[in-house]
Amino acid sequence: MIREELKNKIISFGIEISFPKEDETPFLTLSVNPTHLHQLAKQLKEDTSTSFDYMFCQTGIDWLENMEIVYHLRSTSHGHEVVVRTQITDRENPTVDSVYDLWKTADFHEREIFDLLGVRFNNHPDLRRIFLDDDWEGYPLRKDYVDEINIVEL
Amino acid sequence: MSTEVVNEIKEQEYFINMGPQHPSTHGVLRLLLSLDGEIIKNVEPHLGYIHRSIEKMCEKDTYKMIVHLTDRMDYLSCHMNNEAVCLAVEKGIELEVSDRVKVIRTIMSELTRLSSHQLWWGVMGMDLGAITSFLYGFRDREMIIDIFEETCGARLTMNYNVPGGVMFDIPNNFQKRVKEFIIYFKKKLPEYDDLLSNNVIFKARTEGVGILSKEDAISYGVTGPSGRASGFSCDIRKQHPYSAYDRVDFKEILYSEGDCFARYKARIDEMWESMFIIEQLIDNIPEGSARETTRAVIKLPKGEFYQKVETARGEFGVYIISDGKKSPYRLKFRSPGFSTLNALNTMAKGSKIADLVAIMSTIDLVIPDIDR
Repeated sequence: MIREELKNKIISFGIEISFPKEDETPFLTLSVNPTHLHQLAKQLKEDTSTSFDYMFCQTGIDWLENMEIVYHLRSTSHGHEVVVRTQITDRENPTVDSVYDLWKTADFHEREIFDLLGVRFNNHPDLRRIFLDDDWEGYPLRKDYVDEINIVEL
Repeated sequence: MSTEVVNEIKEQEYFINMGPQHPSTHGVLRLLLSLDGEIIKNVEPHLGYIHRSIEKMCEKDTYKMIVHLTDRMDYLSCHMNNEAVCLAVEKGIELEVSDRVKVIRTIMSELTRLSSHQLWWGVMGMDLGAITSFLYGFRDREMIIDIFEETCGARLTMNYNVPGGVMFDIPNNFQKRVKEFIIYFKKKLPEYDDLLSNNVIFKARTEGVGILSKEDAISYGVTGPSGRASGFSCDIRKQHPYSAYDRVDFKEILYSEGDCFARYKARIDEMWESMFIIEQLIDNIPEGSARETTRAVIKLPKGEFYQKVETARGEFGVYIISDGKKSPYRLKFRSPGFSTLNALNTMAKGSKIADLVAIMSTIDLVIPDIDR
């Protein structure tokens, strides 16, 4: 499916989404409110004309005013790709629904984002730190994280 | 023992730590196994023994420095990891490298894949109790490593790619040595089949063991030879051809069984395909510059750049989020081993501890790639 068709198809789901201006990016990018994220993800996976069954990357970004989770999705049957972004405004206690029930690879990816950025995922089966010790304080990938011993400033 | 004492023995699951210093985990990985007798009920990987937070380090480094960090992740696919970052940066500064560079990069990538698979094959045999395969694998790998050493001075972490090309042009006898190696290894690869692929004991240890269905492979994001052995068509070289992969002819190896033997066969077949790719390119390296000049400190424009490449273990992705400065605002590495390890529990549940060793070998984990 070409990009325009895919865009119109996703709009026809009736979920409130927006398309950021960066049309030059290689992937079709759409932005969704965290409350509608799981609903949209479910539609994207289960609708036969989109069927995004493979999530190849899940990234958390700290933008200082908000937290953003980026989902890179691919359909193995149609071969098209899409990027879904969601901005969580509450940076102190960021929470979003887990997509583990749709893509099992989210198990480790969400644990990693929780470990390094402190984003909590609702309905995740086993949300624990994955790399760092359980008693580690702070979330290292946050931009305001300070560690005078381990981080060497160049 | 009196009957009363026997009655007091209760049946319950018990736990065993496999690792962090177990030879078959190939690095510092701890698996917490819950067992019912010898049957595995659950496998819980504990990570982080070699976590260096490379993604955080990248936020302070320039793009040329980042290239050097990537081969500390999957050190057996170091060339492809370097290439991924270089391609992403070249995309950002809109630099088109010469055909010569593209061909050199492709040949080097395939040589790296061969050496990685040779090491995997040797170690896999040893995990299952065959010492000879270890010696064979390392003997043949040595020839490739020597070619790398002559080309760029390093044997393992090569750092041969730089944004804009490769560090040095290839030496005069590069083509001769690679061709010699191909002739040599074409004779040796059938020996691999004689030793393990057609071995009755080896087949009994791997056939029907650790089955991963296609649906689970897609859902868990198991890519590379492990995913293709389950029938998941995921070869980035075919989906998004980069460097010179669009001008070579090769097959994507697909199996449908999804067991350890299929994963084994997929890698053996990939070695043949890699040699086939090298043969097509080695006599036709175009003339041209081996390195375009770039600024000393590269600044990417504001925006996002995603590049995926096919490493020896599967899909490796580099996701650069740039705010226009000399180092990225955020950089994410999608490493193949991380997703593959996630599926280990599904593969190993219900099998015996000895089978877990076979499963671990065939999914070919490199721990620094998982921990980053």
